Amino acid sequence: MSVTGEPSEAPPVLSIEGLRTHFETDRGNVRSVDGVDLSIRRGETLAIVGESGSGKSVTSLSIMRLIGQPGRIAGGSMIFAGDGGALDLATATETQMRRLWGNQIGMIFQEPMTSLNPVQRAGDQIAEAIMLHQNKGRAAAREAAVAMLRRVGIPAPERRARDYPHQMSGGMRQRVMIAMALCCRPKLLIADEPTTALDVTIQAQILKLMKELQEEIGMAVLFITHDLAVVAEVADKVAVMYAGRIVESGDVDTVFAHPRHPYTKALLESVPRPGHGMIDEKGRRRLHAIQGTVPNLLRLPPGCSFAPRCGYAIEACRAGVPSLMPTDSEAHRARCIRWEVV
Amino acid sequence: MTTPDSPTPRPAPLVEVANLKTYFPVNEGVLSRTVGHVHAVDDISFHIGHSEVVGLVGESGSGKTTVGRSLVRLNRATAGSIRFEGQELTGLSDREFQPYRRKMQIIFQDPFASLDPRKRVDAIIGEALSIHRLGRRSERRGRIAELLRLVGLPEDAMARFPHEFSGGQRQRIGIARALAVEPRFVIADEPVSALDVSVQAQIVNLIQDLQSELGLSLLFIAHDLGVIEHLCDRTIVMYLGRIMEVAPTKRLYSAPRHPYTRALLSAAPSLDRNAAHEKQVLEGEVPSPINPPSGCVFRTRCPYAIKDCAEIVPPAIAVEPDHVSACIRTELFQ
Repeated sequence: MSVTGEPSEAPPVLSIEGLRTHFETDRGNVRSVDGVDLSIRRGETLAIVGESGSGKSVTSLSIMRLIGQPGRIAGGSMIFAGDGGALDLATATETQMRRLWGNQIGMIFQEPMTSLNPVQRAGDQIAEAIMLHQNKGRAAAREAAVAMLRRVGIPAPERRARDYPHQMSGGMRQRVMIAMALCCRPKLLIADEPTTALDVTIQAQILKLMKELQEEIGMAVLFITHDLAVVAEVADKVAVMYAGRIVESGDVDTVFAHPRHPYTKALLESVPRPGHGMIDEKGRRRLHAIQGTVPNLLRLPPGCSFAPRCGYAIEACRAGVPSLMPTDSEAHRARCIRWEVV
Repeated sequence: MTTPDSPTPRPAPLVEVANLKTYFPVNEGVLSRTVGHVHAVDDISFHIGHSEVVGLVGESGSGKTTVGRSLVRLNRATAGSIRFEGQELTGLSDREFQPYRRKMQIIFQDPFASLDPRKRVDAIIGEALSIHRLGRRSERRGRIAELLRLVGLPEDAMARFPHEFSGGQRQRIGIARALAVEPRFVIADEPVSALDVSVQAQIVNLIQDLQSELGLSLLFIAHDLGVIEHLCDRTIVMYLGRIMEVAPTKRLYSAPRHPYTRALLSAAPSLDRNAAHEKQVLEGEVPSPINPPSGCVFRTRCPYAIKDCAEIVPPAIAVEPDHVSACIRTELFQ
């Protein structure tokens, strides 16, 4: 949620323009991210929502510069307004990135077990980050690590700091990840499906914790998820991705109440919830299903990528890729030439 | 049970489970001594009627998957009774159980792991037919084509391998395989959780169609409360191996009586932006099923727990007709 008193036109913490991330494979050039524009301000939560292959995770990995071979950032800029001045993450050196990782940019991933060091005690991992970035001695860093573990709701943090990750439950490990990501009070937190592997009651705990810490620190949060209900719960703004491009963006309230892209509309309608769906001839409630499947990025249809699955598609949709155009307002955009009839 | 002069009883349910327990040994050390047991399913009772769709919801460690697997003997029940069409199954030998394997089928969560990648689709579906000696070999091809049509796949899918299909299509193949042997009862274990959101609705609709066309009884296991509400007549809520509450789905969602059901419903994220503010967030985590808490297993996280909750294992209390809640504090949430 936005921090009160913050002018809404403050310069963005992160401003992405025309990001393209491609993977050179044996079977061709996969354009996983194909011209993404995003900006996110202090205290704001922006959710990127999409299905598998939409490019949402590749976008987040691109921001962190964690794209490995055969992938590469093929174009665009990602201006991060850090403490040391503005820096284009698209062209930053590894040394420059190292100074940001875990310091001004925090990261949380879906499966904490793979992102925590399995042979290092939880408290030491956090203390290391603090020593590295905050110029503290070992004892002071240890103390700060325990305080951070307490802050993220780990019971008996002095004892738990000496545990290894495998001795903890999934929810506990995710708390350790959050403690590590936030110990240096980052300006930007990138959370890639942080609660997808967790049960709903634990998910509720983690989302609540993230929200509290965001209000405390005032950081911007980029939240990557496939779950529309989680978007409704945590985000101020949303960008819906499909086949490597943003197809709709705007305030969550506006986009969810009046989606202007057929894909967003169909996704929202396919979620089962009481009083929604259609009634068939036998009187049963039916879900609105989207026909077909997510396209293969190597064989994208001509024009709008969603056209083959879209009930609104006309001949013109196959003629060219539509731009992400303003709809009811400048801020609510959709990549659809027929947005007015959606 | 019924005596000649008792009022006409309701028709016997298709599946009747009483006091089912499924424990797994915990072995330790070089000698693999058994040092304890995981109480995966601990003394649960429920029934499923003819053509009824029953939802089974719970978080990880609740035992919901083990319930399904115990019914079809993928896990052996430790104690208790499982009746199918009135026949007690737990004492049967594997050979005596064989005909029931055909009548009870399971659809698995992960369509990438549950289909043999080296077999073509006709062999995957045909295997089920030949194991149960259904139809002559010459007729099987036609039967497979018919099954593929039933689940919305083209006939030429027969000659292809699982990797050539998307997740949703693979789940359709899994469903065709389960239906090949004409079961009466199907257990669907998280059948849509591994699928993309846009594909989930297709599969949910397909399961709904097939259930009503074939008159199947269905046990739909899921952690997604939305899908359960959409699909199921009645819903069972499990926590740490035990049943917390059973009620007609509408009633369970609108007037839950067990504190755990209420917490679970409240924790689920909702598309409704205004609902976010009334969230009840449960403290703590699910305790270990090796050493479950005494009394009520939910009491360690329950905001309404009292002293008695640590001492009394709550029985299934009928709070309304057809609605039971395993909570001794029946005065709550009336």
